[in-house]
Amino acid sequence: MYDFTDLVRSIHESLVASLSPGMAALVEWIIIGAIFLGFFALLGLVLVYVERKVCAFFQLRLGPMRVGFWGTAQTLADTLKLLLKEPIMNKRADKFLFNFAPFIIIISSLIVLSVTPFAPGLQAFDINIGLFFVIAISSIGVVGILLAGWASNNKYSLIGAMRSGAQIVSYELSVGLALMTMVVLTGSLQLSEIIASQADGWWIFKGHIPAFIAFVLFIVASTAEVNRGPFDLAEAESELTAGFHTEYSGMKFAFFFLAEFVNMFIVAVIAATVFLGGWMPFHIGGLDGFNQIMDFIPPILWFFGKVAFIIFLMMWFKWTFPRLRIDQLLTLEWKYLLPLNLMNIVLMAFVVYMGWYFGN
Amino acid sequence: MGLEAIIVFFISGIVFVGGAMIASNLLAPKSKNAYKDDPYECGLPTEGPTHVQFKVGYYLFAILFLVFDVEMVFLVPWAVVMKSIGGIALLEALIFLIILGLGLLYAWKKKALVWE
Repeated sequence: MYDFTDLVRSIHESLVASLSPGMAALVEWIIIGAIFLGFFALLGLVLVYVERKVCAFFQLRLGPMRVGFWGTAQTLADTLKLLLKEPIMNKRADKFLFNFAPFIIIISSLIVLSVTPFAPGLQAFDINIGLFFVIAISSIGVVGILLAGWASNNKYSLIGAMRSGAQIVSYELSVGLALMTMVVLTGSLQLSEIIASQADGWWIFKGHIPAFIAFVLFIVASTAEVNRGPFDLAEAESELTAGFHTEYSGMKFAFFFLAEFVNMFIVAVIAATVFLGGWMPFHIGGLDGFNQIMDFIPPILWFFGKVAFIIFLMMWFKWTFPRLRIDQLLTLEWKYLLPLNLMNIVLMAFVVYMGWYFGN
Repeated sequence: MGLEAIIVFFISGIVFVGGAMIASNLLAPKSKNAYKDDPYECGLPTEGPTHVQFKVGYYLFAILFLVFDVEMVFLVPWAVVMKSIGGIALLEALIFLIILGLGLLYAWKKKALVWE
C-alpha cells in the first residue's frame, strides 16, 4: 500500500523515455544529490532546534521562542547569521588543511547517509555490504577531526582533537562488535535484507538476551562515538573552550556542528534498522486486528518514529549525566564494553547455533 | 543505484561545502586586524610552540585499537556465514576470540589500560 518502488520506477522510466540513457542517468544523479543535500541541511536545522527544545524542557525552561512559531525559525536565522560571519583564520594555521577538514567530515557523513532505508523501495544506495560500509566510511570522519585540530595550530584544538581521536577510535570497536553480534543473527550485511528478516518481529525481541545486551552496548558506544554528552569531553567548554573547532568560525564552524547532528541521526538510523526493524510496523503474533491497525501507519512514519525515539534517548543522556573524565571514558570502553562485547558475540553465536531465537 | 552512488555523494558533498564556503566568502564582511589573526587563547598572546607535546598514552590506545579493529574486520565474514556453517564456525571463532581476550588481559595486567 505504501510502497515507493513503483513511484521510483515510474520516475526512472519517464526520464529514460524522454532523454538519452546517459542524460537520464545524469539527471537522476543530480536529483538524488540535490534531494540528499536538502535533507542533510534540513536535518541539521530540525535537530538543532529539537536539541535546544529538549534541553530547555529538561531544565524547566522554554528554549527559543521568539523567531517564528515557538521559535521554529530560530536555527534558520542562526544559519543565515553564520553565513554572514567573517571567516577568520589564524596566521599560524595550515591554510590548505584548515579548509580541507570540513570537506572530509561532511563528505563522510553524507556518503553514510546515502544507505538510509527510509521506506520500502526508498533507499538511494542499497549496497550488499551495507553495515560494513557504514562502519568503514563513518570512521573516516575522525581523520577530519584530527586534521582540524592539527591544522588550527592552537593548543586547545590539538588537545581536543587528540582526545576526540582516542575516544572515537576506542568506541568504534564496541559499535562494530555490537553490530557484528547482530550480523551473526541476521546472516546478511545488506540493510534491506536485515529489515526484510524482521517482518515477523524485531531482532531486539526475537534475539533474546544477547540482542538486548548488544542494543545497550551499541547505544552507549555510539553516543560516545558521535562525541555527544556525557562523552563530549573533546569539546569540554570549561577546559578546552571548544576542542578541535576552537579556531573555526562562521560557515566552517557550522559544518562541524552540522556533521555532529547528522552523525547522531545516522547512528539512530542504524540502531533502528538493525534492532528495531527499520520501517517494519510493530506486530504481536496472533492479534490480527491489532496488527492490521499497525499496518495502517505508513512505514516512513514508523522509520522516523523509531529514529526520533533513539535521538531523544541520546539527548536525554546528554542532559542527565555529568561529563566523564578521560580516564573514566577509556576505562569504560576497554575494561567494560569491549570484554562484554567479546563475551556477548560468543553468547550470540551459541544462541544461533542452538537455534534459541524466535523466527528460525 | 549502484556503486556510482559513492561518486555522486562525494561530488554533492564537495558542492555543498565548497558552495557554502564561497558564498560565505562573498557575503561576509572582511576587516584586517593584527590581533584577530592570532591563535585564540582566551585573549592572551600565545606562549611557546602551539604544537605542544601530548601524552604518549594516546599511542598506546591507538596501537591497541589497531589490533582489535583488525579483529573486528576478521569477524565480519565469519558473522555473515555463521548461521549456515554452524558448529565448526562457532568453535573456530571461540578459539580466535580467546586468543584475543588473552591479549586484552595481557595489556590489562601490563597496565597499558591505565590513564595516568
